[in-house]
Amino acid sequence: MKKLKIGDLEKIRDKARRTSSLRQNKARARVTVHMGTCGIAAGARKILTALLEEVGKKNLDDVIVTTSGCAGLCSREPMATVEIEDKPPVKYVDLTKEKIKKILNEHIIKGNIVKEYALAIGSERTTLK
Amino acid sequence: MEDLSLHILDIAENSINAGATKIEIMLNEDINQNILTLKIKDNGKGMDKETIEKVLDPFYTTKNVRRIGLGLPMLAQAAKEAEGNIDIKSKKGKGTTIIAKFVHNHIDRKPFGNMTETIINLIGSRGLDIDIIYQHCKNENCFIFDSIEIKKELQDIPINNPGVLSFLKKEIEKGLKEIR
Repeated sequence: MKKLKIGDLEKIRDKARRTSSLRQNKARARVTVHMGTCGIAAGARKILTALLEEVGKKNLDDVIVTTSGCAGLCSREPMATVEIEDKPPVKYVDLTKEKIKKILNEHIIKGNIVKEYALAIGSERTTLK
Repeated sequence: MEDLSLHILDIAENSINAGATKIEIMLNEDINQNILTLKIKDNGKGMDKETIEKVLDPFYTTKNVRRIGLGLPMLAQAAKEAEGNIDIKSKKGKGTTIIAKFVHNHIDRKPFGNMTETIINLIGSRGLDIDIIYQHCKNENCFIFDSIEIKKELQDIPINNPGVLSFLKKEIEKGLKEIR
């Protein structure tokens, strides 16, 4: 039976330990990709993949990437919700890989909501654990 | 859904939403018998008998946001199209096991799709809260991915660390290539 080579993980673990010494920061932002059946059928997996890769490339260790079920607006999938500490959450719709990268750069990194892709801005304030 | 890897991601997301902390995904290609078996087992909250009876009805759901639930009916349809079937076993408070069978070389059997992307997505977004065991066998050749073992080896480094994800992605791709 072919198993993943656990031994090789040691090198990765040591490398990660060296590069993530400052990783004790509290999360500043959370991006939730909606992965209900509708979202997955509309391409949400590609959005999540692009987001994980981009967060990794930019070494954004204070950004949480997670998933949730259907948000109730299946015709506008793929969708994602961006929550930034102390700011109202923003729902983005009809996403593509390019759009989520722009949202990451503009909204999550620079703090500017990408209005042309946004459906709604919530009224509540986000508190991240 | 274009392929089986998307169905699997969808069912796994259902498991997570049902409170599962461990999901086992097994794909078994029995070429001699010409049967492909997909098994997804979780330790989520499970379903009672009444819910199991309704779960393949697309107009039944436990969700409140919209009153349809298409995940399992679509997988059942995919199995049916490939002259297969679906079996659901569940126990309230214990978990759920879904077994879908397909005629392996059936012209309408959906392709596997990108299983690596499905596993990496699950680990990258939910890997801190859940464990994934993924086993893919083709006849006697098997590849197994076990996040419990990986987490033990990683010690204090989270499994969703970008460097770890990138390594795991390459290893899964390599492992699957070797058994095909």
